[in-house]
Amino acid sequence: MNLTLKIWRQANSNTKGKIETYQISEVSPDMSFLEMMDVLNEELIEKGIDPVAFDHDCREGICGMCSMFINGEAHGPDRLVTTCQLHMRKFKDGDTITIEPFRARAFPVIKDLTVDRSSFDRIQQAGGFVSVNTSGNTQDANAIPIDKKDADKAFDAATCIGCGACVATCKNASAMLFVSAKVSQYALLPQGKVEATDRVLNMVNQMDEEGFGNCTNTGACEIECPKGISLENIARMNREYLFASLKG
Amino acid sequence: MLLTFYALILLYKLKFMTLISSSIGRKLIMALSGLFLIVFLTQHFAINITSVFSKALFNEISHFMGNNPLVQFVFQPILILGVMLHFTMGFILELKNWTSREVKYKSYKGILNAPWVSRNMILSGLVVLSFLGLHMYDFWIPEMDYKYVEVLPLDPDRYFEELVHKFESPLRVGLYALSFIFLSLHLYHGFASSFQSVGFNNKYSKSIKSIATVFSIIVPIGFVFIAFFHFLK
Amino acid sequence: MKKVKIRYRVNSNGTSSIRLNYFHGYQIVDGKRKAKRTIKTLPFHLITKPKSSNEQKLNDSRIKQAHKIAEDWEKSLKSHKNYIKNQTLRNKEIFKIDSKVPEGAVPNKWTNHKGKINLVSPANKRLIDVIVVGTGLAGASASATLAELGYNVKTFCFQDSPRRAHSIAAQGGINAAKNYQGDGDSTYRLYYDTIKGGDYRSREANVHRLAEVSTNIIDQCVAQGVPFARDYGGLLDNRSFGGVLVSRTFYAKGQTGQQLLLGAYSSMNRQIGRGKIKMYNRHEMMDIVIVDGKARGIITRNLINGKIERHGAHAVVIASGGYGNVFFLSTNAMGSNVSAGWKIHKKGAYFANPCFTQIHPTCIPVSGDHQSKLTLMSESLRNDGRIWVPKNIEDAKAIREGKLKPTKISEENRDYYLERRYPAFGNLVPRDVASRAAKERCDAGFGVNKTGEAVYLDFASSIIRYGKEQAHIKGLDENDAVLVRKLGQDVVKAKYGNLFQMYEKIVDQNPYETPMMIYPAVHYTMGGVWVDYNLMTSIPGCYAIGEANFSDHGANRLVASALMQGLADGYFVLPYTIGDYLSDDIRTGPINTQIPEFEKAEATVKSQLEAFVSNSGSHSVDYYHRKLGKIMWDKCGMSRNEKELRIAIKQIKELREDFYKNVNVPGRVDEFNEQLAKAGRVADFLELGELFAKDALERTESCGGHFREESQTSEGEALRDDENFTFVSAWEYKGAPSKAKLHKEQLKYEDIEVKTRSYK
Repeated sequence: MNLTLKIWRQANSNTKGKIETYQISEVSPDMSFLEMMDVLNEELIEKGIDPVAFDHDCREGICGMCSMFINGEAHGPDRLVTTCQLHMRKFKDGDTITIEPFRARAFPVIKDLTVDRSSFDRIQQAGGFVSVNTSGNTQDANAIPIDKKDADKAFDAATCIGCGACVATCKNASAMLFVSAKVSQYALLPQGKVEATDRVLNMVNQMDEEGFGNCTNTGACEIECPKGISLENIARMNREYLFASLKG
Repeated sequence: MLLTFYALILLYKLKFMTLISSSIGRKLIMALSGLFLIVFLTQHFAINITSVFSKALFNEISHFMGNNPLVQFVFQPILILGVMLHFTMGFILELKNWTSREVKYKSYKGILNAPWVSRNMILSGLVVLSFLGLHMYDFWIPEMDYKYVEVLPLDPDRYFEELVHKFESPLRVGLYALSFIFLSLHLYHGFASSFQSVGFNNKYSKSIKSIATVFSIIVPIGFVFIAFFHFLK
Repeated sequence: MKKVKIRYRVNSNGTSSIRLNYFHGYQIVDGKRKAKRTIKTLPFHLITKPKSSNEQKLNDSRIKQAHKIAEDWEKSLKSHKNYIKNQTLRNKEIFKIDSKVPEGAVPNKWTNHKGKINLVSPANKRLIDVIVVGTGLAGASASATLAELGYNVKTFCFQDSPRRAHSIAAQGGINAAKNYQGDGDSTYRLYYDTIKGGDYRSREANVHRLAEVSTNIIDQCVAQGVPFARDYGGLLDNRSFGGVLVSRTFYAKGQTGQQLLLGAYSSMNRQIGRGKIKMYNRHEMMDIVIVDGKARGIITRNLINGKIERHGAHAVVIASGGYGNVFFLSTNAMGSNVSAGWKIHKKGAYFANPCFTQIHPTCIPVSGDHQSKLTLMSESLRNDGRIWVPKNIEDAKAIREGKLKPTKISEENRDYYLERRYPAFGNLVPRDVASRAAKERCDAGFGVNKTGEAVYLDFASSIIRYGKEQAHIKGLDENDAVLVRKLGQDVVKAKYGNLFQMYEKIVDQNPYETPMMIYPAVHYTMGGVWVDYNLMTSIPGCYAIGEANFSDHGANRLVASALMQGLADGYFVLPYTIGDYLSDDIRTGPINTQIPEFEKAEATVKSQLEAFVSNSGSHSVDYYHRKLGKIMWDKCGMSRNEKELRIAIKQIKELREDFYKNVNVPGRVDEFNEQLAKAGRVADFLELGELFAKDALERTESCGGHFREESQTSEGEALRDDENFTFVSAWEYKGAPSKAKLHKEQLKYEDIEVKTRSYK
């Protein structure tokens, strides 16, 4: 396959970026998207051009590090996959592919396609935990039975990989799906209920401070989420937040 | 009624600042004011439709609404507050959302993951708001002028004639119809979405979505039908 | 004189077992002279009193076979005679390594030790800084726990968030001796299984401790809100994996590692919020700083702006994971590297058992030269899939050329080689055996994908079997092929749906219709930085935990034990043992980083980085990494022999020299520069690779993940040499990998009897 790539190039957070066009040939349909980028970078290095910086690590769709906005969609045209799991067979010979970083005020660009998602970390630091110290004397794991339905829902929410596709894809750059997944996981488990009030207030507060947009229920995040995290979590967080405000 | 009450209690209980400064609080305001306006719209529609089959009934209800002190001095201000809250908050949210992504995408295919209407509430909202301006100019301002400025004598039978008179111009009817198409779009997303905003998403949500869809089609069509009915008659 | 003799022993059930008896000299035990023997029981019996001529024939053929095995063994021994002779001579100068294992009976060691070691008072913990490098299960759990205890923790990771560490990709589960299923599990059984699984090359006391704290891990994780799988009664569910007799694995679908890591990460977040952990994302450790013989800090590079920074602390904990990426292609993450471990090795920490690598048999095969990493498919697939290659080499060739479809090959033309070679265990033989068997077939030219390095994992017969079962249960027609297929596919889908989907996404073939292709891939490294019982390396004040150390898995790791070890080290072991060392440091005060030791370390780091970017070479970093990977995979992969290992050592050395001469690293030091970061990591792999091969060469036995072709039975099974190799190889750096000095930590088995693994 021969492809034309239009890639966002930006030297660092202080400079303005622009789209550059590159040609790449002999792309195998079996390649993953990131392997195609590897090939491009090898070629760029050979030509003496600075290779394209992009985040990636596990390359099996679980670490949440890869983050490209490909042809107008977070993680590209396939569903329920991250960019590293996207294969070139989803494209046709001669295609032009536009590749941009995940864009949001809360995700400043570090270089090219690499963005800083530490805002997600800070939201979690504001309350995304159960305050339990490590000790050899915690009560037995089976001391509190948990309804399987709740446990399964908590798990589904907990599968979020924190990639930021929800923010990138949302027309408002809202982080509600990400935050609600964490709030939901703990809200559904007895261990998390103790601190539920403070947690949701603090996490939402931090989310707002980071400069994410507001949710307008378009549902785009749910569609683009590589792990299929449900909008139900956002509703649950809204509910939790309201009750927490009433209580506090 | 109940919703207004709920909203007031919430306003009272919540620290008001938290409510209007937090993203979820703002969503709540949008949702509750929106739901309240839907209730108002339903009531408005119920009154208007009477004009199709009974001139007398229409006049009677209109007169009641126009002169009952409870309606005039309690509900009307609440309604105005509701409308203002809804669109001011809408603007504030839109502004914040706009600034949440400073550098825009060169290529953004929103249509692949969210319907057009849900992404363009500000557009449909603005059309509806402009229509509201026209509507105020057409009905509400003359009405206020009639009652409180010039203080003309009560005339319980004037309403129907005024209504028919307004629907004589084809341009106005056309604008009216167009606005209701946008209202329909606005409702199509807004109605069901407000339940999500207040935290209601469960096994009933599918039914609510269907009801909301039907509502968002039937009611605007109804209003347009009334307009055409009088225009053609 | 023949050294291997055949002995028969009459059993009570009418059979006689055949034993090979290898006599190798005498030794003095309790003042008496005793013969030293290695005894191997053959996996087939004789019938003691044959009743028919058929039985007699069978006996004769088996005796013949036994003689053949004995002869082969004899031969393999002779070819090694000289080597082993030298080995024995060298064994006499075993360097005494103090593993600091406490006194007492094995089951009491940890409790006694905890009761006796020094502690640091809460008021003094505030005065002590600890650096943790890496945020996987071990690093994150250690950071959180140390901060909870009151130490000031500085944690470093090269990713953009601690949550990205590769522990997140672990699929299967985590073992714990909870015995919730009431199936007879116990601390002892877990301990025993781990020692045996590790092929008797791990330290008894460490493994026992691991089994002891395993139950605490589950309690702790549940308290943190980790959503483990539950049954309908609301209690925790368990599953079992091949090779063990109990269900002790806790899991969260196929994402156990993710959930456990997020649990530890959440505990970290709590401490970051409290200010007890200072988190440094996108920072790479470049070197360790040693002051007066003690680890006192590290030099890091900020990967965003390239700034070189100094960080002082009273102790340094390395939790940087394994080094599987020395093979270039592995199931590790792209960024996984050995650098932190290697840097401390070069400053005095011993590196233990580098050649112990685990190769996982069920990974998605390489599709071409562009391949950047390999994806693991859960081991559970082997429960229902049958592994085969074509019987005729022409068929294999036709398949590779795309002229023949696997489904068109008839039953009799398929070679179910695992079932053929290991009738008892069949497709469920342990990982190392399955991997080697696949390689053997592919090397013989029976590989089935374009590159010739893949075998089939076929679900067709399971689909039909399940389908018939379902049809029977539902009272439908069992002879309706279409219906049976449909029903069977549904069952398989319910069991492995997500794996099949993943396979289809990557390979673009429907595994319900055509057999899957699999091939082994490097997965886990049992070797690592040598640590004593307290998890301290041979540098005082420098600790290594998790996969980065060598400790608990011996020569082979059991499934679902990696997560257990990472969390045990981080939550329950290191936080205790580190106090013993730090109790001497309460009056030290903050570490001054403006001293010559730090300056020197920083200058060295800077000059190395400058050397990379100013080198006007012609090849990219990946070019060298791929080449290294190829050497490692071909010569130090699933099976190793002396000749190839010697070539590997030579080639790696040459490659390394070429790398420093001809590598091309674009960009500058003081900017975000992925290629530069990669160059540093590959440079370390190029040194580790050589030590790896050297270690593999030194260990002439086969054990666990390490298979030496010279040390095998006539049927190609691994042959361990307990006599000469029951030790940990701990390598000391002496200026170059080739000059590394071997120290041996003798392993003593006081509690568990050493036996042969057998799966026939």
